[in-house]
Amino acid sequence: MASVEVMSDTATRVPLVDYLVLDDGDPYLVAHECTSCGARFFDRRNACASCFSTEFQIVKIPREGVLTTFTIVAFAAPGVEVPFVAGVIDCGGTSVRGNLRNVPADDDHVRTGMNVRLTTYSLGTDDDGVEAIGFGFEPA
Amino acid sequence: MINDDDIWILGINMTKFGKRPDLDTVDLAAEATMAALADGGVTMADMDVLAAGNLMGRGGIGQQLQKQVGQTGIPVFNVSNACATGATALRTAIMAIKAGEADMGLAVGVEKLAGAGLLGGGGEAKSDGHHWEPNGRYGAVATTDGRIGTDTMPGVFAQVGMEYGHKYGGADFDLFARISEKNHAHSTLNPLAAYSKRFTLDEIKDDIMIAYPNTRPMCSANCDGAAAAVVISGEKLKSLSIEQQRRAVKIKASVLTSDPWQEACQVLPDVNTLTKNAAATAYEAAGVGPEDLDLVELHDCFATAELVHYDNLGLCGEGNAVDFFESGAPWRDGALPVNVSGGLQSKGHPISATGIANIWEVCHHLRDEAGDRQIQGATMGLAHVIGLGSACGVHILEKSAA
Repeated sequence: MASVEVMSDTATRVPLVDYLVLDDGDPYLVAHECTSCGARFFDRRNACASCFSTEFQIVKIPREGVLTTFTIVAFAAPGVEVPFVAGVIDCGGTSVRGNLRNVPADDDHVRTGMNVRLTTYSLGTDDDGVEAIGFGFEPA
Repeated sequence: MINDDDIWILGINMTKFGKRPDLDTVDLAAEATMAALADGGVTMADMDVLAAGNLMGRGGIGQQLQKQVGQTGIPVFNVSNACATGATALRTAIMAIKAGEADMGLAVGVEKLAGAGLLGGGGEAKSDGHHWEPNGRYGAVATTDGRIGTDTMPGVFAQVGMEYGHKYGGADFDLFARISEKNHAHSTLNPLAAYSKRFTLDEIKDDIMIAYPNTRPMCSANCDGAAAAVVISGEKLKSLSIEQQRRAVKIKASVLTSDPWQEACQVLPDVNTLTKNAAATAYEAAGVGPEDLDLVELHDCFATAELVHYDNLGLCGEGNAVDFFESGAPWRDGALPVNVSGGLQSKGHPISATGIANIWEVCHHLRDEAGDRQIQGATMGLAHVIGLGSACGVHILEKSAA
């Protein structure tokens, strides 16, 4: 089955996850789309969970979407910075999981129904000088 | 009237939930088992099958339990289905009877969870720092929990409730806190609850925030506990005493479902569709509707979860869960009392025990043995649990006419 390139074209940057694509242009998310029913998956599947077909293609996910639900996590596992806003974004019909960034983590500033767009940030550089890039969504 | 093909609960018990440092997992399971057997007036010699569940222990709880209370060589099914483990054990014993391979069966769920803290977060160790190396199904170079959403249970279920609010409106922090206020108020009448303290609305809202809109009292309580049930065929029950027949509770429906594909289920577990499916199947099997129920014990692992299950279980019309709560219906003096035990938020949630403990609560009322918290005249009730992953158990129970 199709797979997503793990490394971007520049070896000095890696995405946090393999469904984040770091092209020269704007970064974007991709999914495995069932060629039969159109169901989308961020990870690999042997058969479509919806229709059991076995053919998939890689599709780009729109960079903009609407926040359909969220929580403000104030208590998390050790090492996880709090508070942060976790939510689900409807990106043109594909639900994407992500954190909100560049917005205060409180219920005055975060509302379901708000328009957001994909954004990326640095997780830091490893011993080989490779920078990891994460993604989130910010108010559009 | 006892039909040969009907299946009944003959004996059932739940231990006191809470901190039980004096007892280990096997002790707790044995306590519930011995009490359930005594409640039914039977012994291990009468059991044809055992189904048992425990998630946090070392595995094989069924055989460990047998060594504690009686080894008779019967088949043992060790089951694991997240928070629906207890209901799955019960369903397994019921299916064995239904298949004609057993006349009587024992189902047990047990958990030692006191002090377990936050469940669901963290994730596997990743390379964080020295060398970014892709790992796992998403080729992640670092832990995704906290970076790409949250894996914590309070956070996941917070989003479940907020999503309902986005779709239908009216669900806010205050409403979710008032759902919790109801369950904590109910718990004051339950001597077996881990926590039986009434909270004011302000106390709930001002408590420590865990995952907005769920504050600490709006989260289920990790605790120790066990529950066990003896199930029996109608044919066999007819051979027992009138008193046993009178206290037996009829299982009108026993349903287990998993989550069918939904568009968003890979990013936020869909706890709705499988509950709706289980409820619809259960009502049809029982030949009753939500209007026939006198009480419901549903899976309020968080205050945000209780709201959506009013709708999923058909206790109100689609999209009307907020109105249902605002009407006062789910309070114990309301039109359809929900979680009169105090629910998981105060009674506690020893994961594998919960699915049988909810059924014990309903049986307690149907037998008119619930004391101060008795729902008067209760003849029919529903018990619901859901385990993320997902699994949903719905049982509809009816008072004996004997």
